[in-house]
Amino acid sequence: MKSIVCMKAVPSTNQVRLDPVTHTICRDGRQAVVNPFDASALETAVGIKERLGGQVTVLSMGIPDTERLLRDALSRGADTGILLSDRAFAGADTLATSYSLSLGVKEAGGYQMILCGKMAVDGDTAQIGPELAGVLEIPCVTDVCEILHLTDKEVQVKKGVDGGHQILKVKLPVLLTVEKDICMPRMPSIAGIRFGETGPVAVKGASELAADPMRIGLTGSPTQVIKTFTPKRQSESIPIPGTPGEQASQLAILCKEVSR
Amino acid sequence: MTGLKVDREKCIGCGLCVKACVSHGLSMEKKKAVVNDHCTLCGICVDSCHVGAISLEKESVISDEQWKNSKGIWVFAQQKEGEILPVVYELLGKGRELADGKGCRLTALLGEAKEHGNTEKLIAAGADQVIVCRDSRLAEMDTEIYVKWICRQIQRFAPEIFLFGATGFGRALAPGVAVHMQTGLTADCTALEIDTKTGLLCQTRPAFGGNLMATIVCPNHRPQMATVWAGIMKAREPDPSRTGKVIETFLEEKDISRIQILKNLPAGVSDSITQASVLVVIGRGIGNKKNIPMMKELSELLGGRLGCSRPLVEAGWCEYKYQVGQTGSSVSPRLLLSIGVSGAVQHLAGINGAEKIIAINNDPKAPIFGISHYVVVGDCIEVVKALIRELSDIS
Repeated sequence: MKSIVCMKAVPSTNQVRLDPVTHTICRDGRQAVVNPFDASALETAVGIKERLGGQVTVLSMGIPDTERLLRDALSRGADTGILLSDRAFAGADTLATSYSLSLGVKEAGGYQMILCGKMAVDGDTAQIGPELAGVLEIPCVTDVCEILHLTDKEVQVKKGVDGGHQILKVKLPVLLTVEKDICMPRMPSIAGIRFGETGPVAVKGASELAADPMRIGLTGSPTQVIKTFTPKRQSESIPIPGTPGEQASQLAILCKEVSR
Repeated sequence: MTGLKVDREKCIGCGLCVKACVSHGLSMEKKKAVVNDHCTLCGICVDSCHVGAISLEKESVISDEQWKNSKGIWVFAQQKEGEILPVVYELLGKGRELADGKGCRLTALLGEAKEHGNTEKLIAAGADQVIVCRDSRLAEMDTEIYVKWICRQIQRFAPEIFLFGATGFGRALAPGVAVHMQTGLTADCTALEIDTKTGLLCQTRPAFGGNLMATIVCPNHRPQMATVWAGIMKAREPDPSRTGKVIETFLEEKDISRIQILKNLPAGVSDSITQASVLVVIGRGIGNKKNIPMMKELSELLGGRLGCSRPLVEAGWCEYKYQVGQTGSSVSPRLLLSIGVSGAVQHLAGINGAEKIIAINNDPKAPIFGISHYVVVGDCIEVVKALIRELSDIS
């Protein structure tokens, strides 16, 4: 089974915080981490490789430093990495990103399955999976929480849907986006860490991939941000004072009122 | 040339842009801001600059002129077993307002297996016309079939704006349509309005975990597409006297899905925290796993459901499906009672949609209080015990 796992570097937990005085973003200096949903996608792919054999390629688009995260993926069971890194890719929205990633997929040379996290925790759009599948013209199954049966021809999965779950079957090649709880990502082994340091990670620029300059980066993005601003917070919270008993009687009234 | 430009004449070297940048993309050199390779062209610095020294330049794409003729606002009318979802009526409420402002038609797009009397309901809720397709292939919510049908209608009628509910299905379907039409899609919008000068749809959504809001436009591609969570927009009172047109459309014989649905497993009612109108959310502050049954009792007394913060899932006290927050479920109940949750950024981002938040925590500085409407500083176990007594007495 040849699979490709798409991974995104996201700000580490609590990294993005607003300075209450200046309303600018303050950082705690920690580095970017792998989007947690993508870590589950990687573990899923590595688990499949261990059962059925094959190869796992990790694919990302980002600044040169993202290579660090792909090497970390190598230490956790991936075989090769491809990083799309070029100034020309910067400022991409989901449409331009999915086109760019499709070039990386072609670079990987053949696959039966593409795995993505259900969404990235920074952007939260959940669009890259379905859009990448659309560019590649392969079927896409989102929100997969269990792989029930897999052969080299087809896969049966359980996916979350509005108000429940669904079991479905689809022929390969396919793109799956996975829920975080599909599996528990492993820690790197000692041998894995060594492989991570030396294993193959190819860094590719836009021209090496023969990217259409009108479809990548800010230029290739239909959407553009015209304004950013600090959201209005709850201006004044109302305190409920007193003993636990007094607080509870106030709360009881409030709860009844609000939930009516 | 596309890129971020700093006007060195205007730059006063104040450094605000360096502070504003999330990706270390700017630095100060010789008291002037300089862009480096870490810049992702997100544009946050542009608004942070008080002297207007930074600009984001974009090479204009010569796009298909056809879109200039695009007209009208569309809402995807998702149904479940023949019942239109509430988010559709909310989008029609907003869509009506936008359509009146623009002086254009509001259209609902309805796919269903058979007639359920839904077209009348959609018109009563504000639609001027309904494009409907009745086919057993639309019974299962299969994006493959829906994308084919919808894209064909877009090519035929050329809508200017297209709104989807950010349901599980909507969040899979909308990107499928967007990539097919090669247009932009803005996810999870919290505000939609028409720019009076350009006529463009201004789509506002949380960015960076809800700490910043970004307003996004899609100037040169059509339709302009957006998804919106349930509970954000307001539905109008249905007006049964409204009349509208129904346009019947059909699938083609060749429209078959590569995905085969084998079985549907509906969740028990108690499973759904995203649909709950009252939600009790517990965090590490409840102290002990033994206190969970008490919290469950409280949620039942309030006629609601029980959710939790991430640490409780990681500790193995609760199942992942009950996790509220960015890596769990985003929720938008009418009442959210938060108990012993400190409020990490990711958690707060997931409860932004709640109408009223009441928080109980023993730490007066807990971040959860920053977004709560009512705050109770105290021992959450004591307060909950007393509250259960109160509520049992009332009922």
